Amino acid sequence: MEQNALKDTDVETLLNDLLELYGYDFTEYSKASIKRRVNRLYILDRFLSFAEFRYRIKADPDYLKRFVEQITVTVTEMFRDPPFYKSLRENVLPTLGTYPFIRIWHAGCSSGEEVYSMAVLLEEANLLHKSLLYATDINPEVLDKARKGIFSLAHMKQYSENYISSGGKKEFSQYYTANYDKVIFDDRFRKKMIFSTHNLVSDRSFNVFQLILCRNVLIYFDKDLQTRVFDLFEESLENLGFLALGSKETLRFSNIAARFKQTDKEKIWRKIA
Amino acid sequence: MAKNSLASPVDLVVIGGSAGSLDVILRMLPPLSHDLRFPVIIVLHRKSTFDSSLSDLFATRTSLTVKEAEEKEYLRPGVIYLAPADYHLLVEKNLTLSLDYSEKVNYSRPSIDVTFQTAADALEGNLAGILLSGANADGALGLKTIHSAGGITAAQNPGSAEMPYMPNQALALSVVDYILNIDEIAYFVNKLSDSKTKFHSE
Ligand SMILES: C[S@@+](CC[C@H](N)C(=O)[O-])C[C@H]1O[C@@H](n2cnc3c(N)ncnc32)[C@H](O)[C@@H]1O
Repeated sequence: MEQNALKDTDVETLLNDLLELYGYDFTEYSKASIKRRVNRLYILDRFLSFAEFRYRIKADPDYLKRFVEQITVTVTEMFRDPPFYKSLRENVLPTLGTYPFIRIWHAGCSSGEEVYSMAVLLEEANLLHKSLLYATDINPEVLDKARKGIFSLAHMKQYSENYISSGGKKEFSQYYTANYDKVIFDDRFRKKMIFSTHNLVSDRSFNVFQLILCRNVLIYFDKDLQTRVFDLFEESLENLGFLALGSKETLRFSNIAARFKQTDKEKIWRKIA
Repeated sequence: MAKNSLASPVDLVVIGGSAGSLDVILRMLPPLSHDLRFPVIIVLHRKSTFDSSLSDLFATRTSLTVKEAEEKEYLRPGVIYLAPADYHLLVEKNLTLSLDYSEKVNYSRPSIDVTFQTAADALEGNLAGILLSGANADGALGLKTIHSAGGITAAQNPGSAEMPYMPNQALALSVVDYILNIDEIAYFVNKLSDSKTKFHSE
């Protein structure tokens, strides 16, 4: 990608439009990241001027959808960071198993790979029958994909390797049915999932959970926004509940750190007060 | 395009490398000055399995602090930051670092272009970029951005590089101010830290 076609002030103008017209607030996202995403889209979609770009976002609701999907990063995979999933199996699920009913929240679930991975873990721990997985994202397009449970066959080799390094002992392919270049995950998983849009910037707590996963979302937020989202998670977590972050994210410097304890070297914390 | 002499030293040095650059870095580290007046960011293409042991390895070669870059941390002078495996590393205008797990760029994550371009933008040209050995085109456009922003650019002499392709890509764009042999790289960085040095493009 070539240099910046759009200036900082252009990006600010667009983000203000988005907030005023549609209530999407990206103004507290990491600046360099968001500027790069906006520039990338401007070049990818071959706009000739900033004015044209701005007009299209304001006037074309379909393009707005594309804009939101493209400036957020939705890259994900199943059993991403296998040691993390291994730690869930060994250190978190046994505790969750002691509850009569398990509620889990995947905040920023993207197209659902993380949620299906979790459902597989729960089934292998014999807990799926009493679990409910709430999976939310700002982005309705990725949620549509997640709801269908259809993924590309081409990725399955990598995912089943990840599954095995996470401590999986079964044949990963038994969890889905392949059809041409796609696979569909078994209905019994989807029956335990509830998908819904939820914006971590502006929406409130909607339930209390024993485990919240928010992985690779906070890296896109600036410090102040991270602080508010941590408060939201604390409010949405039962006492002794678990909070799991992405491998490069930390609670360490946050305002809620004192009331959480990291359980092992993976990015999993437990609410202790 | 004569570059004006530097009134102030650069505020950041970014170094990018791919295949064949690990050895170059290991040779560059010991002679580096112990009181560099700016932070150094190193972006290397590597297998994710390598992981954090790389910063430990580097730390054995220098008394400067070497650490893997953490998201939202402030850049500090005299510290060497290593881009973590499998994330892009971006420099923010407030001189903090952001990580980003977006699509690979030039088949690479971390991508040298991403760090070089955001650094050039954040530092408004008050930086130097060095591109080392590699078999990939990553970094050349980033070096171009640094160059157009008014920064200082250097590339490893392709003749001394295990993989000359990467420095050659930058040379083909005519954006390289200095061509350096392996043993000259540390000297070059030390000179950048010396405010009395005046740099001109050739
Ligand atoms: C990189 S993906 C992470 C997916 C998955 N958790 C993982 O780690 O693989 C980041 C997701 O965060 C979502 N996101 C970004 N901003 C958000 C917000 N304000 N509220 C909710 N989700 C958001 C994006 O739409 C995207 O799907």
